[in-house]
Amino acid sequence: MDRRLFVKLTGLGALGLAARPALDLFAAAEIPAHSPLAQRRWAMVMDLRKCQEAGDCEVCIAACHQAHNVPKMDRPDEEIKWVWKESFHHTFHDQEHPYLDEQLRHGPVLVTCNHCENPPCVRVCPTQATWKRDDGIVMMDWHRCIGCRYCIVGCPYGSRSFNWQDPRKHLAEPHKDFPTRTKGVVEKCTLCEERLTRNQLPACVEACPAGALVFGDLGDPDSPVRELLKSRYTLRRKPNLGTQPQVYYIV
Amino acid sequence: MPPDFRKIVFGLVIFLILVTLPLWTNLLRGTAPLEDPEISTRDVPGKDRCVREAEYMKANHMDLLNEWRETVVRDGERGFVTVDGRHFDRSLDRTCMDCHNKQEVFCDRCHNALAVSPYCWDCHIGARETKDGSTALR
Ligand code: HEC
Ligand code: HEC
Ligand code: HEC
Repeated sequence: MDRRLFVKLTGLGALGLAARPALDLFAAAEIPAHSPLAQRRWAMVMDLRKCQEAGDCEVCIAACHQAHNVPKMDRPDEEIKWVWKESFHHTFHDQEHPYLDEQLRHGPVLVTCNHCENPPCVRVCPTQATWKRDDGIVMMDWHRCIGCRYCIVGCPYGSRSFNWQDPRKHLAEPHKDFPTRTKGVVEKCTLCEERLTRNQLPACVEACPAGALVFGDLGDPDSPVRELLKSRYTLRRKPNLGTQPQVYYIV
Repeated sequence: MPPDFRKIVFGLVIFLILVTLPLWTNLLRGTAPLEDPEISTRDVPGKDRCVREAEYMKANHMDLLNEWRETVVRDGERGFVTVDGRHFDRSLDRTCMDCHNKQEVFCDRCHNALAVSPYCWDCHIGARETKDGSTALR
């Protein structure tokens, strides 16, 4: 082989390298585009009026926190919460105006993890201790959490809590149905993933005496959540951030 | 003979004594005999057999537990069927510890003797005896 031929062949080989990404492009295009709605996609619809009419009712919060061994901390800045009440102003400050119904505007709003379509907490987690499942649940793996708290900073809804102390000391009766957490890990709502696999509704939904919480599959056009989203006008928290929350509020 | 010979030998002797100190203390104190874990299981169906053969469990229970937790937490699959057809939940607290309900004389005894301390119990409830004598916390 003379020098010229060698150089030509090398050039041809290099072309092959350039062709690879192009081929990948075509390969990617061949994967069937599956819409997120074609499969199971869990969501929750909260009817704010029904909830507020029940007054000081906190049955759902108690049920959730009991089911998941969530401790009651003494100091508010060390609070652990999976589902809790927030003022309308804090929840919907970008969708509020002074002429809204008084009761609505001054009543509390039940908030929890929004199980976003584009969860920022997942993007920032360095250990993949939190990730989005195919059914949309933003899940937590407590075994992998290193307590860096990036996710807490990433979440625009304050849905995550950090264990500043050993939670066991703040639980009257820890039970075996759900492991507790320990000092130095983050925790949040998992949409009762452990109950869903047993064909049970999330604990808060099941406990609500007013029927204000509706849970279901967005992938099923006849599901109760789809019916409600079609027939009623709903709000989501901080829609301008593009996180696409999957907790909807009927106001 | 180097001028510092005595000092060097003296230093070496001290060094040897320090290095072998653990051996001497152990000899003097006498090591605790390695007790076999007490295999007592609670009254649950199929309580006379583990979820896999005993030999496998003895050597590999930590791998099995790792596999279980990956399968449950990451893949969301909880059901587990043993080779002889018994159905279990893949759960440390609600399966392993439900059967092996005397943690101190089973898991702990073995781990303590071998200086293993699983951190699982920071979060998982386990089955240590509480003050009033009941094994489970609830
Ligand atoms: C249905 C009751 C039952 C369940 C559930 C169970 N075990 Fe066992 N396990 C036993 C029995 C009985 C033995 C005694 C050996 C045998 O014959 O299988 C045993 C043996 C063992 C041994 C070997 C001890 C030795 O020194 O031989 C280990 C380790 C063990 N189990 C760990 C576990 C772990 C970890 C789990 C959960 C993944 C578990 N077991 C679930 C009943 C159970
Ligand atoms: C026959 C003795 C024996 C018994 C009984 C036993 N273990 Fe172990 N276990 C060991 C040994 C030895 C290791 C350490 C293996 C290693 O380091 O590679 C271990 C390691 C572990 C680990 C991993 C620890 C780590 O830091 O990675 C877990 C989890 C565990 N055991 C759980 C249990 C549970 C739960 C039980 C009771 C149901 C139990 N073991 C009973 C001997 C035992
Ligand atoms: C930081 C707290 C924490 C620690 C430490 C921890 N776990 Fe877990 N573990 C959890 C939580 C929370 C779950 C989720 C339970 C669920 O979804 O039902 C879980 C689930 C599991 C499961 C499946 C479900 C169940 O009920 O058991 C297994 C198996 C498991 N862990 C094993 C282990 C083992 C083995 C260790 C120690 C090597 C360990 N875990 C350490 C918190 C912890």
